[in-house]
Amino acid sequence: MAILNEEQEMLRDMAREWATNESPVAAFRKVRNEKPAEGYSTDAFATMAQMGWTGIVIPEEFGGSDFGWMSAGLVVEELGKTLTASPLVATTLAASVIVLGGSDEQKSMWLPKLASGEVVGTLAIDEGPRHGGKVTATVSSGKLTGTKAFVHEAHGATLFVVAAADGLYLVEKGEGVTMSDRKLTDQRSHAEVTFDGAAAERLADGGDDLLDKVLDRARILTSAEMLGMANQVFDVTLDYLKQRVQFNQVLASFQALQHRMADLFADLAMMRSAVESGLEALDGGYGIPRAACVAKAEANRALHAMSREGIQLHGGIGMTDEYDVGFYLKRARVLEASWGSSTYLKDRFANLAGY
Amino acid sequence: MATLAEPREATSDEAFREEVRAFLADHFPPELKGKGNALASVEGPTKEGPAEKAWREAMGSRGWGTPTWPKEYGGGGLSKAQTRILQEEMAKAGAWNPIGGMGVMMFGPTLLEYGSEEQKHEHIPPICRGEIRWCQGYSEPNAGSDLANLQTFAEDKGDHYVVNGQKTWTSGGQWADKCFAIVRTDRSDKHHGISFMLIDMDAPGVEVRPIQMISGMSPFCETFFTDVKVPKKNLVGQEGQGWTIGKRLLQHERTNISGGGAAARMMGANLSDLAKKYLELGDDGRIADAVMRDRIADFEIRWQAFLLTAKRAVEESKAAGGVSEISSVLKKLGTKLTQERSELTIEIMGLQGLGWEGDGFSESELGGVRAWLFGKATTIYGGSTEIQNNIIAKRVLGMLDHQ
Ligand SMILES: Cc1cc2nc3c(=O)[nH]c(=O)nc-3n(C[C@H](O)[C@H](O)[C@H](O)COP(=O)(O)OP(=O)(O)OC[C@H]3O[C@@H](n4cnc5c(N)ncnc54)[C@H](O)[C@@H]3O)c2cc1C
Repeated sequence: MAILNEEQEMLRDMAREWATNESPVAAFRKVRNEKPAEGYSTDAFATMAQMGWTGIVIPEEFGGSDFGWMSAGLVVEELGKTLTASPLVATTLAASVIVLGGSDEQKSMWLPKLASGEVVGTLAIDEGPRHGGKVTATVSSGKLTGTKAFVHEAHGATLFVVAAADGLYLVEKGEGVTMSDRKLTDQRSHAEVTFDGAAAERLADGGDDLLDKVLDRARILTSAEMLGMANQVFDVTLDYLKQRVQFNQVLASFQALQHRMADLFADLAMMRSAVESGLEALDGGYGIPRAACVAKAEANRALHAMSREGIQLHGGIGMTDEYDVGFYLKRARVLEASWGSSTYLKDRFANLAGY
Repeated sequence: MATLAEPREATSDEAFREEVRAFLADHFPPELKGKGNALASVEGPTKEGPAEKAWREAMGSRGWGTPTWPKEYGGGGLSKAQTRILQEEMAKAGAWNPIGGMGVMMFGPTLLEYGSEEQKHEHIPPICRGEIRWCQGYSEPNAGSDLANLQTFAEDKGDHYVVNGQKTWTSGGQWADKCFAIVRTDRSDKHHGISFMLIDMDAPGVEVRPIQMISGMSPFCETFFTDVKVPKKNLVGQEGQGWTIGKRLLQHERTNISGGGAAARMMGANLSDLAKKYLELGDDGRIADAVMRDRIADFEIRWQAFLLTAKRAVEESKAAGGVSEISSVLKKLGTKLTQERSELTIEIMGLQGLGWEGDGFSESELGGVRAWLFGKATTIYGGSTEIQNNIIAKRVLGMLDHQ
């Protein structure tokens, strides 16, 4: 566990308490069943914004708290534990691009609204179902044209950070922007978004590698959500094994299962270190690209195993919709495929290391 | 050293081949080419159109859906060689076996071994014709891996039993006509107090409550028995022999599940075809991503080795007179590989392979997702992988408990 300052501890405790009491998995189940247009409860998101969570990586002069990425990760991890449906990750990432690459004008225009939760932003980058393909969207005379696949939280977003062949652009929802639902197993908001000559403003100040910087942030913050999920599956499974009796003894007393849990526990430890070091790298501003590969690749690996074992170790009850553990499996695969599969990340890692 | 070449079939088998070809030409509706076996599928009720019905009746009246079962009970009475010919010709014609389900896979073979003449004549022919659906009443809330802990009780009332208790995870219970169940007839002996009996699902006092699964469907149920009358003629074997009979049935079940069963059938196209469709190809037509190519080949090689093992096990167990504990090895391997395959499919397809419903996904993409989720059950039901490992370690390898 990273060493937290007092501020961070308070923030984490607050997030944990809120997620446990106000946004348990039952709240996600409700969203899943009632299918609100945004794909999340707008009331819940408004509360999150009031608590300041939408402004954690935004400088104070633009209405944020500038607590930093470790703080953002702590909140996202807690929300991941209970599968809280919200655009917090998406909108945080969108804000971070503007912080990195926006002009003063763009910053004062958008950051206060993103910090207050009035505007929800999201990234629209990939054009195919696998991360890392070519970006073909083009811009001419301030009009952007192209189609983006599987845009996270597209339904609630009013501001898109769109990758075009020559850089990143801000596009507001409105004329020239249409979307078509892509309902994935995690039952969250995803859509194919088509920009047909939509008004676009370039984010000109971030340097040539702005897109890479954003993607690294996406990888790291997403892995924080995955860490929360893996942690929760582990805890719930361990509890279950300690309670369920077969052959006149608790399942936890079988050595075969003890060793399985010990393996998963070790996996979880590696995952936590990798994710926390990613968040620290973002706050420290050093070694970010490699740390992002390590964080997301480890998150992919550990959550993949954890979400599978969670079901297996529960037996029949793990296969039921009524029980929560299946939700984690269905969200896990979506996040594993987002912003870089393990294969992609390993390749990138080797490239960065020069071999 | 044994020769690898198979002996040529006798000429009479060529005549049989002709007979099969003629039968398929006359009876297999071409529009059903390559379509699955609806009756045997675990998810969803039978949806049988007129063509499917005609095909089932044609196969059923010959007994060819259960080709090796004895003719006197409605089976095909075919030799091993003839069965192979039948399968070859059916595959060539794109025809599939319309007779399936738990009756064929597990209950029939068990009843043929342990049932009375009267029971075989009553129950086997409708299975061969695909007319009766069976479900399995084994698991209970507190009897999963520890199946012998079951508490559903059958009280002896002279010419009948009165059954009370609850079963759970009953696959297809809501669509089944009959249930083969293991129930307790003696509370003083865990294993010898169990009996195997057949219960009509429409008998008064039987109630089913479907359970929704993570794949979205509700293919299994809780099943409640309240004062259900079961005539004594529905006891299979002796009272107290249920554990022995019930375990034999599980060996049949495991052998069947190992092939991937429902999940494998729903998976559709083979991996390399999928990869060619969803991944970038080089100029030479090969998969450009060397890692994915390696992983697909790695899987295909292990899958081949598994199929060869399954074939060898079937041959050896036939020679030894029936299914055996090797079924545990097959079940463990086959289910693990089938799950790996689903996961690999998703990786190949990326987010396109994770569609839940609605626009933007083909039917086969959506089907693959449901199969992936359903497939997670294959390492749980029929005795979990952990339980198969225990069986292998203890009964095959003679390793003692660590305590
Ligand atoms: C889709 C589906 C369909 C099914 N269909 C049927 C059906 O038609 N009829 C029917 O009767 N049943 C059916 N079942 C039930 C199935 O057989 C049981 O779920 C299975 O036997 C496991 O029991 P359990 O669910 O109680 O899990 P538990 O026994 O509670 O096991 C939980 C976990 O502990 C492990 N475990 C248990 N004991 C040990 C041990 N000694 N050593 C090491 N690990 C151990 C298990 O492997 C598992 O991982 C079905 C189940 C599913 C999921």
